[in-house]
Amino acid sequence: MQLESRAPTGPLAEKWDRCKMEMKLVNPANKRKYHVLVVGTGLAGGSCAASLAELGYNVSVFCYQDSPRRAHSIAAQGGINAAKNYRNDGDSVERLFLDTIKGGDYRSREANVYRLAQVSRNIIDQCVAQGVPFAREYGGQLDNRSFGGAQVSRTFYCRGQTGQQLLLGAYSSLNRQIAQGRVKSHPRHEMLDLVMVNGVARGIIVRDMVTGQIERHSGDAVVLATGGYGPVFYLSTNAKGCNVTATFRAYRRGALFANPCFTQIHPTCIPVTGDYQSKLTLMSESLRNDGRIWVPKTPADKRRPDAIPEGERDYFLERKYPSYGNLAPRDISSRAAKEACDAGLGVGDGGRGVYLDFADAIRRLGEPTIRERYGNLFEMYEHITGENPYKVPMRIYPAVHYCMGGLWVDYRLMSNIPGLFVLGEANFSDHGANRLGASALMQGLADGYFVAPYTITDYLAGVKPGAGTDLPEFAEAEAKVGGIMKRLQDARGKTSAQVFHRELGKMVWDECGMARSRASLEKLLRAIPDIRERFWKDVSVPATAGGMNQGLEYAGRVADLIDFAEVLATDALTREESCGAHFREEYQTEDGEAARNDAEYSFVSAWQNGGEGNAPVLHREHLKYEFVKPSVRSYK
Amino acid sequence: MMTRAHPLCSSIVRKGVVGVTGGLLILFVLGHMAGNLLIFLPPEAINGYAEFLHEAGHGTLIWVARAGLILLFAVHLGVTIALKYENKKARPIGYAAHDPQVSGWASRHMLLTGIVVFLFLIYHILHFTLGLTDSSARWRTLVEGPSRPHYVDVHSMVVYGFRDPYIASFYILCQVVLGLHLWHGGSSLFQSLGINRGPWRAFTACVGPVVAVVVVAGNCSIPLAIQAGRIPARIDLISAKAAIEAEKGPKPPMPVPGASDINKAVPGH
Amino acid sequence: MKLHLKVWRQAGPQDAGRFENHTVEGVTPDMSFLEMLDVLNNKLLAQGKPTIAFDHDCREGICGSCSMMINGRAHGPTRGTTCQTYMRNFTDGQTVVIEPWRARAFPVMCDLVVDRSAFDRIQQAGGYVSVNTGGAPDGNCLPVPKDNAEKAMDAAQCIGCGACVAACKNASAMLFVAAKVSHLGLLPQGQPERSRRVLAMVAKMDEEGFGNCTNQYECEAVCPKAISADFIARMNRDQIGSTLIPAE
Repeated sequence: MQLESRAPTGPLAEKWDRCKMEMKLVNPANKRKYHVLVVGTGLAGGSCAASLAELGYNVSVFCYQDSPRRAHSIAAQGGINAAKNYRNDGDSVERLFLDTIKGGDYRSREANVYRLAQVSRNIIDQCVAQGVPFAREYGGQLDNRSFGGAQVSRTFYCRGQTGQQLLLGAYSSLNRQIAQGRVKSHPRHEMLDLVMVNGVARGIIVRDMVTGQIERHSGDAVVLATGGYGPVFYLSTNAKGCNVTATFRAYRRGALFANPCFTQIHPTCIPVTGDYQSKLTLMSESLRNDGRIWVPKTPADKRRPDAIPEGERDYFLERKYPSYGNLAPRDISSRAAKEACDAGLGVGDGGRGVYLDFADAIRRLGEPTIRERYGNLFEMYEHITGENPYKVPMRIYPAVHYCMGGLWVDYRLMSNIPGLFVLGEANFSDHGANRLGASALMQGLADGYFVAPYTITDYLAGVKPGAGTDLPEFAEAEAKVGGIMKRLQDARGKTSAQVFHRELGKMVWDECGMARSRASLEKLLRAIPDIRERFWKDVSVPATAGGMNQGLEYAGRVADLIDFAEVLATDALTREESCGAHFREEYQTEDGEAARNDAEYSFVSAWQNGGEGNAPVLHREHLKYEFVKPSVRSYK
Repeated sequence: MMTRAHPLCSSIVRKGVVGVTGGLLILFVLGHMAGNLLIFLPPEAINGYAEFLHEAGHGTLIWVARAGLILLFAVHLGVTIALKYENKKARPIGYAAHDPQVSGWASRHMLLTGIVVFLFLIYHILHFTLGLTDSSARWRTLVEGPSRPHYVDVHSMVVYGFRDPYIASFYILCQVVLGLHLWHGGSSLFQSLGINRGPWRAFTACVGPVVAVVVVAGNCSIPLAIQAGRIPARIDLISAKAAIEAEKGPKPPMPVPGASDINKAVPGH
Repeated sequence: MKLHLKVWRQAGPQDAGRFENHTVEGVTPDMSFLEMLDVLNNKLLAQGKPTIAFDHDCREGICGSCSMMINGRAHGPTRGTTCQTYMRNFTDGQTVVIEPWRARAFPVMCDLVVDRSAFDRIQQAGGYVSVNTGGAPDGNCLPVPKDNAEKAMDAAQCIGCGACVAACKNASAMLFVAAKVSHLGLLPQGQPERSRRVLAMVAKMDEEGFGNCTNQYECEAVCPKAISADFIARMNRDQIGSTLIPAE
C-alpha cells in the first residue's frame, strides 16, 4: 500500500494556505443534506462537532460518558502552547514548529507540525472568545508560564485545570449547537464497529449503554476522536473508561495503526500501593525544581528515610546527569528511576518508587516558601497517600501518560479509509516519538476547530449525501458486534475482566514500558496469546436484569486491548532504534542515551490488520525533512 | 398553583418575594416588640401608644396597616407553601441515611416554625386584639368622663393576661419558636435577595441570630416580669391608692381612674 | 479491615430497588472507595452475579462522574469526590450505607447510576457565549481584570458532579447553575447575553424539577471544588435584576 500524506508542496509557511485554497467547498444550502458522525467529545471531538454544526452540517456526537463534558481531556493540568509571543521573548510560529519537531525526536511530518504551530494562535483567540477563564496579569492581559522543552514562555493556563476549562469551552459551543438542533448528542453510547460501504466509511454501530440496544447510525463521514490507548498498560493516568475499542475496531476494518510503540511515560506520579490499585495520579513536574530524587544505596533497605544517613543515599539523577540533575528530561528521569528499582533499590511497598525529598529545600528556603510554591500539590499527595510530604519524602514513580501513536492519517486528517477522519490523541500525526508538555491540548483543538472543518468539507464536496442504514453492510457489522458480545457472555467463566486486564497491563509495562528489548518484546508476544486464550475461556460477564451492563462493556474493551497489545509489541520489536519515548536497550550510546537511526528508521510505521490469526502487515510512510535537519538531542 | 415558567414566577423571584415579605415582617415584629416594651414604663406610655395607633389618621391608618400585614402574611405564607410543595416533589425518594453538615435545626424546619408562629398569631389576635379567649380583655377600654369617652388601658389588659402562668408559658414558648424562625430567616433573606457578596455574608449571617435573640429576649421579658410580680397592673395601682385614701379619712365616691392619678400614686415607678 | 456495606440495587429505571447487604474483607487504608467497590465487584463476578453499577471515570477528582451518597454524605466523609475518598477514613467493622443521588431530576438508571442529563440541558439553555469558530479577535483585545478572571475561574471549576443537588434537602441545583451563570457573567465576553442567559438557565432549572434554594449551604459544604454559595447570591441578583429591569 502506498501511503500518501497529501501534504501540499511549496514553502512550509504556505502549505496550509495553499491546501485551503485547493480544497473544495460545499454550498451552504447543501450542507444541511450531509450528516457527520463524531465519536468522542473531548477537545478534538467536541470542537470538531461544534464547528461542523456551525457550518451547517448535521452532526451526531457519541461518547461513552454520561455527558460530553466528562471526556478525559478534562484531566489535563498544565496548559496549552501557542506561538503568540506576548512575552516578546522571541517566540514565533517557526520556533514552536522547531521545538515540537525536535521534541518529537524527528519522527513527525514537517507540514503537519508547522500547521499546528500556525493555528495555535487562533486557538487562544477562539477560547478567549468563548469565555475560557485563562490566567491574567494585573493589566488584564493573558498570562503565560514556561514549560519543558522550550526556552520561551508560551504556555497559557487556567490554574491547574487548563484541560477542564478548554473542554468546557468546546462543550459550551457544542451545547449551543445541540440547542439549535444541529447536533444530536448520544451520551452513554459506545462505538463498537465501523461500517464501510464500497470501501468508504459510511456509519458506525453503537451500543446504548443504558438500554443495551445495538444501534446503527449512518453518516457521510465518520470522525473518530476517541483518545489514546494508555489503558493497555492497565495502570496509567488515563481515565478508567479510556479504551482502544473505537480505533482498534476501525483497524480491524482496514484502517492503519501508526507508531503504536510511541507511548509517553511521565516521571512524577504517585506510585502503586497495592494490587487493587486502579489508577495512577500525576503530580506536576514542577516539583522537581526543588525536590531531590534518591534511593538507598543498599537493596531492600527497610529503614525510615530519615534514618538513612546521607552517605548511604544515591541521588542518582544528580550523579548521572550532573548538569541537568533532578531536572533531566521526562524520558531520562523515568528510565533512571526504573533502573534503580530494577536493581532492588526501590522504596515503599512493592519497591516501585523513588524518594522525592524536600528536606534540603525546606532547610534552605523554609517551610513557608515551599508551602507557597507547592502547597496544593503537597495537600493532594497527603490526601491520597496519607503521608505528610513536609515531614517524609514523597514517593514517586513514572506512569503511562499519553500515546503519540494512533490511527494513521494524511495531512487532511483522513485515514486510509475514505471518509474516516481521526482527530486528537486518536491519530498519530503531530508529536512524533515524544510529545512536549502543553502540546496535547493544542493539537486536539487545532484538529477540531481549525483543520477538520475544512478538510471534511473538502471530502464531503465529493460525496453524494444521504445513505441509509438499510444496507447489508450495516446488518453484517451489527451481527458481528452481537457475536462478540454473545461470545463474551457465553464464556460463563469465574474471573473478572479486570484480572486479565491487570495481568496484561503488568506484562506490557514490564516488557514494553520505559525500556524494551528484543528479548522482552518476544517474551511479551509469546505471552499475549496465552492471556487471550484464558480470557475467552474464563471471563465472567453475567447478564443483568436491565439494559445496563458495565461488566459487558469492560470485558469487550479488555478483549480489544489484548489484541492491540500484540500490534504495539510488534511495532516496538520492528523499530530497531531508540527514539523519543521508544527506548530499545540494544540501541543506546555508550553513556546510555537513545541512539536514533535516521538512515533506516526515519519513517512512520503504519500497521494493517493481517486478518484473524495473522501478524499485522507493516507499511512505511517515509519522512522527508526538507526544512529542518534532524540532530541529536543531548542532555549532558 | 403558580407555574414556574414565567420569569416573575421563577424559583428565584419567588424566593425574593419570600425574602422581601419576611424582611418587612421582621421590621413589624421589631416595631411591635419595641411597642410592647413600653409596658416597663409608666402605664400611660403604652396606653398612649395604643391610643395613638388607634386614632392615627382618624382611625383609618390602623386598618391600612392591618390590611398590609394580612397581605404580607398571606403572600409570605402562600409563596412559601408553594415553594415547599415543589421542594417535596423534587425528592420523591429520600435517603436512608442523611447527614447534614452545616444546616441547623432552625433552617431545616422553617415551615414548621412558620406554621406555629402563624397559629400563635391567630391566638394572639383572639386573645388581645379581639379579647375573646380570657377575661383580661375587659380591661381594654374604660370610660373616663365626658371629655374622653374611651380610654385604652392596654397596660392592665397585658398584665392581667400574663398573670395566668399557662398563658405566659405559652407565649414564651411561641416566642422561642418565632426566634428560631427569625434565626434563619433574618439572615437567609439577604442571600435570597442577592445582597450577600464577599464579606457581607459573614455580616448578614449574624443578622438573623441577633434579631432572633433581641425579639425573644424583648418579648419574653414581659410575661417573665409579670410572672415575677414586677409589673403591677394600672388598675391595681388605682385600687391601692383608693385604699390608702380610705384609711386617711372619709372617702369621696370612687372616681373613675384616670392617668393623672397614677403618677401621683406611684411616683418614679 | 472489614466493612459491611448496605448498597442500593436497582435493575433499571422502572425497578423499585432495594438495599443489599455485602461484606468486604481485606480492605486496606490506601484503597480508594471505588477500588473497594472494585474488589466487591470482582467477588460478585467470581460468583457469576451482576456487578454493582456506578459511574466513575477519571478517578482523579476532575471528571465529575462518580456520585455516591456514603453514610448520608455526598461523596463520603471527606471533602472531594468519591474517587478521592480513601478507606483510611473508615473503621474496621463499620457499616457503610451507599445510595445513589436522590432527586426527581436525577432519576436512577441502575444501582448507583443516575441520569444527570438535566445538567446538560440547563447548559444548552444558555450556558455559552454565542461565538462561532474563526473570526475571534486577538485574545488580548479584551482585557479582563485579574480579580474577575480569578473569580470566574473559582466558579468555572465546577465539575458538574451533582453533589450539590444530592446534599440539598430540596434537591436544588442552585449552586451548579450559579457557578455556570457566574463564570460567564463575571467575564466581559459574557456580558451581551448576561440577562438572557440567567433567565433561560433558571427557567430550565425550574422546568427540570429541581427544588428551590433555602439558603442552608449544604451544597457548599459538600462541593468537591469548594464553590462558594456567594455565587448563588450573585445569580439571585442577576435573575431578580433581569426580571424586574428587562434588557433593552
